[in-house]
Amino acid sequence: MSKVWIITKRELSGFFDSLIAYVMIILFLGLSGSFTWLFGTNVFVIGQASLDVFYGVAFWSLFFFIPAITMRMIAEENKTGTIELLITKAVSDSQIVLGKFLACLILVVIALLCTLPYYITVSQLGNVDDGSVIGGYFSLILLSGCYISIGLFASSLTQNQIVAFLMALSIGIFFQMLFDVIGSGLTGTMGEFFNFLSVRTHVESMSRGVVDSRDVIYFLSIILVGLLGTQIMLSKRNWK
Amino acid sequence: MAIVVDSLTKQYGVQKAVNDISFEINTGEVVGFLGPNGAGKSTTMKMITCFMAPTTGDVHVEGASILTEAESVKKKIGYLPEHNPVYLDMPIVDYLRFSAEVQGVSKSEIPSRIADMIDRCGLDAEKHKNIGELSKGYRQRVGLAQAMIHDPEVLILDEPTTGLDPNQIVEIRKLIKDLGKEKTVILSSHILSEVEATCDRILIINKGRIVADGSSDTLRQQAQGQELLTIQIEGQGNIEKKLLELKSVEKVAAIAEKDNGFSVQSKPDLSSKKEIFDMCVSNSWYLLEMTGVETRLEDVFRNLTK
Repeated sequence: MSKVWIITKRELSGFFDSLIAYVMIILFLGLSGSFTWLFGTNVFVIGQASLDVFYGVAFWSLFFFIPAITMRMIAEENKTGTIELLITKAVSDSQIVLGKFLACLILVVIALLCTLPYYITVSQLGNVDDGSVIGGYFSLILLSGCYISIGLFASSLTQNQIVAFLMALSIGIFFQMLFDVIGSGLTGTMGEFFNFLSVRTHVESMSRGVVDSRDVIYFLSIILVGLLGTQIMLSKRNWK
Repeated sequence: MAIVVDSLTKQYGVQKAVNDISFEINTGEVVGFLGPNGAGKSTTMKMITCFMAPTTGDVHVEGASILTEAESVKKKIGYLPEHNPVYLDMPIVDYLRFSAEVQGVSKSEIPSRIADMIDRCGLDAEKHKNIGELSKGYRQRVGLAQAMIHDPEVLILDEPTTGLDPNQIVEIRKLIKDLGKEKTVILSSHILSEVEATCDRILIINKGRIVADGSSDTLRQQAQGQELLTIQIEGQGNIEKKLLELKSVEKVAAIAEKDNGFSVQSKPDLSSKKEIFDMCVSNSWYLLEMTGVETRLEDVFRNLTK
């Protein structure tokens, strides 16, 4: 476990040394802030003391930002050859993957923590359902976990960061939107199945404050599959 | 035995990059892998360092197998990969600390290890810079420092001096020689003089196989076999014919650029130096030159890897 944390620490300091962290946090806050408070169907238009608007914006902005963070995680190491250096140190492939995953997740959690003033402000305006706030943030963190593990997997497939970014987006768009669209076009079990695969279904039920074990298992299994895929791609060099 | 390589093979598709290589390296030896580009030097090193698994075969590093005890093998090895990849956006000290932590150096020892490495690799003047700001020679030193930070028993250096200027090459060689006093070192190179200057033992690899193994002197002797002399004589008569009459001489060839100059090859295990001298005395000739032609390592290398 401590080896994982060493990798995480290095990646995190990399984010903050190289402006990635600041750009990401500022953009995320700027986007989510302006759509929550200033433009479109903002909190004041809705007239309810809830953070639903913010969740809607975060739902999409995380979808775009996370691949931008994860795209370099492994692709860059593949390109510069530092992956060889890392692998030949006394760490296992899974520790490397977990360490990188955690670093990205912590960065996203920091960005989400910066939106806590939204909650404080809204709670001054009226009665906020604390359960749905906790559920909402919890679902955003799990959602980020999914896209991070998908992004890491995409990054492990290539040496090119742009390719990794686009691949992560194109895998992600299925969970973000396409399964939802397919599901609503079908009826019966197939329809239910695709609805279940769509991220939106699970995020919505959780941000109502209902944390169902099925939703949690859904997110955790996507994370697990993504991480396993990444580890397999890293170990590919050992294939005979 | 520090390293035992046992019938190691690596196959890429149909091509065998490393083909059934076996050798043993004693503790404290400095061994040079020599070979043309694409001979399988780097691939062998990558397998020893657990970067890639061999198709067949096994390697034991200080008794630990690369197949089953990878983690403990990695801990025993300090590795400098080819082209010296480094995290360019990290400061030197942070990078060394990261390497030490990952290699399991205990927290209390880390600061003294870092200070020691900075001192030994001559990084003191640059230690606060990011690695990306360093010149190639200094980056190479950082690469060496990260390889040695956990005081490994075995050091594996893949082309440690490529791209350095002559002064830096001399310094790095000296560093490697110093290290070789206490550690087992494997280094690869296609520069012959470098291997000759730093290594106790040379393994010449070609097309995935070991074609020669020994110290630079033994390799040279093996290749040389018969004595070869360059002589120049001043005197009257048919010198070439007289030379051929000598018992120990096998072949004589005139050297065009030199007046009465010849290169003389002796018969196996015989030396013709004395006979030539005696011949000159009995004919009252002057011997102007007699030099032994030493086979250079270059020739050995070229013969073996052609």
